[in-house]
Amino acid sequence: MLSHIENKVAGGKRLSGEEGLELLGSDDLFRLGRLADTVCRRINGRKAYYVRNRHINPTNICLNRCGFCAFSRSKGEEGAYELSLDEIAERVRSAPGGTKEIHIVGGLHPDWPFEHYLDIVRTIKRVSPGVHVKAFTAVEIDHFSRISGRSIEDTLRVLKDNGLDAMPGGGAEIFSQPTRDKLCPEKISGERWLEVHEAAHGAGIKTNATILYGHVESFEDRIDHLMRLRKLQDRTGGFQAFIPLSYHPKNTEMGGEYPSAIDDLKTIAVSRLMLDNIPHIKAYWIMLGEKISQLALLFGADDIDGTVIEEKITHSAGALTGESLTGEQMAHLIRRAGKVPVERDALYRTIE
Amino acid sequence: MIDSMTAKRIDKKEALELLGKGDLLDLGERADKIRQGLHPEEVVTFIVDRNINYTNVCLNKCRFCAFYRDRSAPDAYVLTKDQLFDKIVETIDQGGTQILIQGGLHPDLDIHYYVDMLRSIKKRFDIDVHGFSPPEITYIAERSDLTVRETLEVLGEAGLDSVPGGGAEILSDRVREQLSPKKIRTAEWLKVMEEAHGLGMRTTATMMFGSVETEMDIIEHLDAIRGLQDRTGGFTAFIPWSFQSLNTEIAKSAGKKSRSKGSFDQSTGVDYLKILAVSRIYLDNIRNLQASWVTQGLKMAQVALRFGANDFGSTMIEENVVRAAGVSYRVTKEDIIEAIRASGFSPAQRNTKYHIIKRF
Repeated sequence: MLSHIENKVAGGKRLSGEEGLELLGSDDLFRLGRLADTVCRRINGRKAYYVRNRHINPTNICLNRCGFCAFSRSKGEEGAYELSLDEIAERVRSAPGGTKEIHIVGGLHPDWPFEHYLDIVRTIKRVSPGVHVKAFTAVEIDHFSRISGRSIEDTLRVLKDNGLDAMPGGGAEIFSQPTRDKLCPEKISGERWLEVHEAAHGAGIKTNATILYGHVESFEDRIDHLMRLRKLQDRTGGFQAFIPLSYHPKNTEMGGEYPSAIDDLKTIAVSRLMLDNIPHIKAYWIMLGEKISQLALLFGADDIDGTVIEEKITHSAGALTGESLTGEQMAHLIRRAGKVPVERDALYRTIE
Repeated sequence: MIDSMTAKRIDKKEALELLGKGDLLDLGERADKIRQGLHPEEVVTFIVDRNINYTNVCLNKCRFCAFYRDRSAPDAYVLTKDQLFDKIVETIDQGGTQILIQGGLHPDLDIHYYVDMLRSIKKRFDIDVHGFSPPEITYIAERSDLTVRETLEVLGEAGLDSVPGGGAEILSDRVREQLSPKKIRTAEWLKVMEEAHGLGMRTTATMMFGSVETEMDIIEHLDAIRGLQDRTGGFTAFIPWSFQSLNTEIAKSAGKKSRSKGSFDQSTGVDYLKILAVSRIYLDNIRNLQASWVTQGLKMAQVALRFGANDFGSTMIEENVVRAAGVSYRVTKEDIIEAIRASGFSPAQRNTKYHIIKRF
């Protein structure tokens, strides 16, 4: 059944959307895994990456109240919080030695001016000049542009001038608008998300991309999502990694079930096979658990993310993992999967 | 006919090769085909039962165990009959068909205690009693001046339906010497099972890996189980699980001594799946292979269903909380049914003898 796809993969040919759908619908887990691993090895050899990083979420107060999110709060609501610049500085200062990346995402705060976000970036760089700041999703960038009256390009340029090194891939969810309307009607459109990333790539800022799967979307939605990313990447080459995010239903308005691990592995594999132009596929261990993340390294993934230290977003929605792993633990997981662990920075440069 | 079903059985050397150098996906695919051959209806079973630990007082004091207490410890306990009965009532109320009764080796309890316990349960309740692992059976026999066979006969007459496979850990005396020096040795464990099977009692077999064993120890363990099963056919299922010391799978590596070459310095998900698949391939005479969601989490248990497992074990009415660092959540029967279904299988509740009693 999949042999024509196997032939195309063997010949290094690009797969069509229909073929992507066929792969997603296949129950041949082992064949999918082998195919994806073949492509992964072609791109990354036996290497699998991890990063010593720390997550900081400056606020959970958010103007968008997406149905799949258990993290966000409205201003004044119980559990709402705002970190001060001092608290952010302290988190950076207390990060374990060797931390290479600070990952920042947060809510769309109704009162904070653009200048405050620049302060956040500057604060991190002041406390730890050598660390990479990977910050702000396209949704936040769009918000900054609106509150500051600047163009997207200008917003990104100012952030970069103040120390922004790379952008995370959050907020992509599912691009297809009818599904997006069910998930997050207040959030920027898929088109807008892609525009922001295109502008970032144009400004020389590398970014990641994500998909949130396993809720109400169809297989067609997933493939459509991958195809749009592939198309943009053909133009810009600015995406470093693609991260399929496995839906967590607890405490969310939407509810529902966790996707199965079989779906997780298939989604990783199909992502690897479809996104022939994005170098890295990340199996984010906070969402998958370290065991499935490790296994994903044999299903097309070549990155298991980082040490994280503190994680609020997935843990608000019923994460079953801890909040941190050491670099040594990550290297051990990679090694036991038969891959070669490589410590990286936010730009996928090898740390010796 | 599936090749792997007609293929001749693999020997220890081949098994060692597979465990050491086998490609995980190849092993999984091979195990999956064997599972399909044995269970072509694509049903995955589970049992609704409760794990009842009647006492935590234990003379064995195994090094991997966090449960045992001295008799004099302030939190040492022996359940009263009323406590026991209450737990059984709750089990039956939740659709349970079995209680798994296990406890420590308590120096004050002899055969009369156990006979009385079993009779009083069977008089009141229609429930299968899966109870007393080989270390307990052996200890009850010693404590009561009976042979193992006599002990099993007496317990069987009093209402014991089957014997759980606990206490097997790794059936290698070298490993047992290190892990559990006071616990019965390999030969005694196997003897209890052989006697039980001889009396028509079904039992399970387990393996706890990821401590100090080598890959060869694992293969010897599988071989001992397979050899006995060839003679008796009494094992219903094999259940491998990984050593759990702390409440995260990974924290336990901290401070652990490095091991001899060829051993696992820390068991990961990939190790679990490899061992599971090799178990499915090696144990060609045992029909059921259990996924351990309690030690691996629900997601890994789902993957295990494609690496040889066909059973989800117990719903664990008592111990049904999965803990990760700082978070815990309750696993219900519905979660298990959903987890099985989402993996592409038909969930079914079974009894102790692996007969299906309800489909979902």
